[in-house]
Amino acid sequence: MPGAAVVVIGGGVTGLSAAWWLRRAGVDVLVLERDIVGWHASGRNGGGCTHIYSPFGLEEQKLWPQMDELLGYPTEHQPNRIRVALNEHQLTLFRRAGEIAAQRGFRTDFLSPKELKELVPIVGDNALGGTYTHYGGHANPQRTIQAYAWALQDLGGRLLQNTTVTGIQLRGGRVTGVETTRGPVGAEALVIAAGTQTGLLAAMVGARVPLAPARVEMIVTEPMPLMTRGGVDGNGLYGRQALRGNLIYGGGPHEWIDVGDMGAPELPTSPLTRNLARRLAELFPGAGHLRVIRSWAGAVENTPDGLPIVDRLASPDNVVVATMSSVGFGLSPAVGKAISELVIHGACRFADLGSVRLSRFADTPPDWRECQGWVPAPDRSALDLGVLEGSPAAG
Amino acid sequence: MIDPSSVVGKAPPIERRVPFVVVGAGAAGVAAALEAVRAGVEVMLIDENPLDPDLMAMDVPHYFGQRMSLSARNRALMLERVIEANPGLGRADEAGVDVQLGVSVWGAFRNGPTQRELAGPVLGLANEERSWLVRYDRLLIAAGTRDVVLGFPGWQKAGVMGANGLASLTRHRVFAGRQLAVLGSGPLGLQTARQALEAGLEVVAVVEVTAELRGDPVETRRLADQGVRFYPSHTVQEASGRTGEVESVTLIRLDADLAPIAGSETEIACDTICLALGLAPNVELLALLGATLRFRSDLGGFVPETDGWLGTSAPGVFAAGDCTGVHEALVADDGVARGQGRLAGLGAALSLGAVDRARAEAVRTELGGVGARPSEPVHAYWRHWLRSSIRVGGLEVYACQCEEVTRRELIGVQPPRYLGWHSAGMSARGLGTLLRDGPINQDQIKRLTRAGMGPCQGRRCREQVALFLAEEAGVPVGQIPLPSFRAPVRPLSLQVLWPRDEPEAARDHWVSWFGIPTQFTPHWTSHVDASETTVFMGLGGESQHGGSSVEKQRELPGTGRG
Repeated sequence: MPGAAVVVIGGGVTGLSAAWWLRRAGVDVLVLERDIVGWHASGRNGGGCTHIYSPFGLEEQKLWPQMDELLGYPTEHQPNRIRVALNEHQLTLFRRAGEIAAQRGFRTDFLSPKELKELVPIVGDNALGGTYTHYGGHANPQRTIQAYAWALQDLGGRLLQNTTVTGIQLRGGRVTGVETTRGPVGAEALVIAAGTQTGLLAAMVGARVPLAPARVEMIVTEPMPLMTRGGVDGNGLYGRQALRGNLIYGGGPHEWIDVGDMGAPELPTSPLTRNLARRLAELFPGAGHLRVIRSWAGAVENTPDGLPIVDRLASPDNVVVATMSSVGFGLSPAVGKAISELVIHGACRFADLGSVRLSRFADTPPDWRECQGWVPAPDRSALDLGVLEGSPAAG
Repeated sequence: MIDPSSVVGKAPPIERRVPFVVVGAGAAGVAAALEAVRAGVEVMLIDENPLDPDLMAMDVPHYFGQRMSLSARNRALMLERVIEANPGLGRADEAGVDVQLGVSVWGAFRNGPTQRELAGPVLGLANEERSWLVRYDRLLIAAGTRDVVLGFPGWQKAGVMGANGLASLTRHRVFAGRQLAVLGSGPLGLQTARQALEAGLEVVAVVEVTAELRGDPVETRRLADQGVRFYPSHTVQEASGRTGEVESVTLIRLDADLAPIAGSETEIACDTICLALGLAPNVELLALLGATLRFRSDLGGFVPETDGWLGTSAPGVFAAGDCTGVHEALVADDGVARGQGRLAGLGAALSLGAVDRARAEAVRTELGGVGARPSEPVHAYWRHWLRSSIRVGGLEVYACQCEEVTRRELIGVQPPRYLGWHSAGMSARGLGTLLRDGPINQDQIKRLTRAGMGPCQGRRCREQVALFLAEEAGVPVGQIPLPSFRAPVRPLSLQVLWPRDEPEAARDHWVSWFGIPTQFTPHWTSHVDASETTVFMGLGGESQHGGSSVEKQRELPGTGRG
């Protein structure tokens, strides 16, 4: 049976970064990806690298400026971010964010409307000011994902795309391999980092990982002249100006969905494109003439508290499960490193992973999504009538 | 209340609901609208003519090559000319069809497994001022075709255009050129030359890469008698001009292996070079609706699968006319499109219960087979052109004009030049190394090279990129999967898309990301304060519901921060 010392399920940023860090440490590693690398949330996000609140945040900030050089391929990483306030409440929030960031030594400058306009010429008179953070930044997710994959290959790591995992082999309480659409693959250790399907895969080894998948959307405009700082957020939107000049922004309502099997979910966009367009034109009145040339949807998964799960299972103890709870791209350099340390040393040596353990959900009820009010409780009368079970409307 | 930051309760308002919407007022669309309205069905017929001049400048929807005269900006004049040039519009209007002109369809949305909140299937419509949604019970896509574009050195100059673009401009008398070189000698090329002569233009050359001219010999002779010079076994070496405008075209003779013969160059003065090599079915709305598409080289590329009434695999959605498959034999004869339109209109009326089945069947029998007659595979011919152009023009020619991606950068899978990236690792990468990881995925190549990612939305490069990748990978072009289409399929400004009908719920309960109160709490703080939870990502969400969610989470065992 062909195989590897470590098999990583999921060619997204988390899985590929983990594989790359493992390979850097000399580990024989193979990544299995159902579609192509980064085809789902990893390649469809705002590209933000500004998560200092996270236990992985310090490492994220340390690593991003080095990633181009470490990987040997471009990520389009750009440092620092600007936030635009359109009302007093937002100014207050940004001020508070600055104070909290300062607790960890991160600097924030406050911008007058005039200073803001000089940095971001497309903001309008509705902008009351903003902040300039001397931390964080953004990168191009699609370029970064390929950079991880290529860097992994350059070091001798392997990648199998268009390969779906259909089962996991266990022997003597340990994972010994996985079944795939291309046949069995042996493994001495397993990393599950499969986005929305992470819960389904974890269930194959007896672990319950509570995840709620959702569909979210972004829009892309035609290019405009490059601003000196591309990472500008505000008005309920997150995103960036790409180095090509396009504005790429998302935000707003998500749709909770169900992912019943290992297949790729259909991900249509919706008329939300229009609401995003309005928000973007409000944030940047000087860009209202720009034409939207694309939109896209992606599927992300959330845990009950919105925080990641990055943990090595107690049993089988050669499995690490990783879900970033919908915030994974920016943190990927640090999380991949953490995962590699969990695999190799059994513990992360640079961050306290206490808040991202799976055990915190040991008592979470199976219907937690309904309990939290995320999705409606099933209609009991319909259940009694047997309408839901077995009907196409079920699930 | 169900998650107020989710889509629940925020369904976009629908301006109108129409039993049968027809997209495209060409021969098929008009015939369908008439058939259905005569059966008593309420019909809306939408056509984007007169076109938005700013979109025309972006080569949307046709390849206009900046050859529009100033009159194209005069909306009232253009409206008159559109009505004058298309008598079907008047007939449909008189028959009681709601004819919407100057309206484009930029999106098509329906509920499915991961989108369940729409009130029903809707189209996104827009004019130059605003956008809105219309719900349909039945929909016919009769969206016609797109120009197939194969580049050559200098094709980025103003004055290089497509046959559809030229036909549209001459039909509405807003073509600004005078001297025309036509590429392609098949029925489309001959028709283009004929229409140009009728419009009082000079046709200085009809160029064909093969040794044999491809069109009707009688018409070819007739054009030759009128002074049109034919250049078989030739390809374009270069389009020249000092100011970014085409001033001449240089042709070069090819040997039997499509290799250029040195010293055989001919420079011909012209202001326009019109690509009349073929047409591609417009399937973007069908793709958005999830209709099953399959590759048929004899029908121009990817076309929808249809049933006996021209229904597609998307519920309630029909397709008719050239967008279901086109070949050059259909160019001069819109009879097939008209028959398909009637059949689809009848199918829609039947499925709405407006006609009885026996009568519908009788008309269908009378119409006979209305499918596009299979023809010769066309991609092999396009590959001849591409090969000749590669041999003559080399690899420094743009494959994608919007993003300025050269053929060499495309096959090298190289990052855009503006990144200024150089590394040994990157230089060692290319299509060949990418192919080791799996079959060609055009979306992946778009992401890496940016070819097809520009404002023309891939209209000028889709076919040539696919052909080029097939050529380099040594596979049939049908094996190159279609890259994704995404709304808006017309580039529309933020101001036009702006929803003036935005519901308050969508306005008020807007969060930048999920609104899970604990998601962005600094990990070093020991308490959760609802007022601070969104500090890091709460970029102005008006929703202030965070506190209650925190309470809820605390009540639930096992979901607190552990």
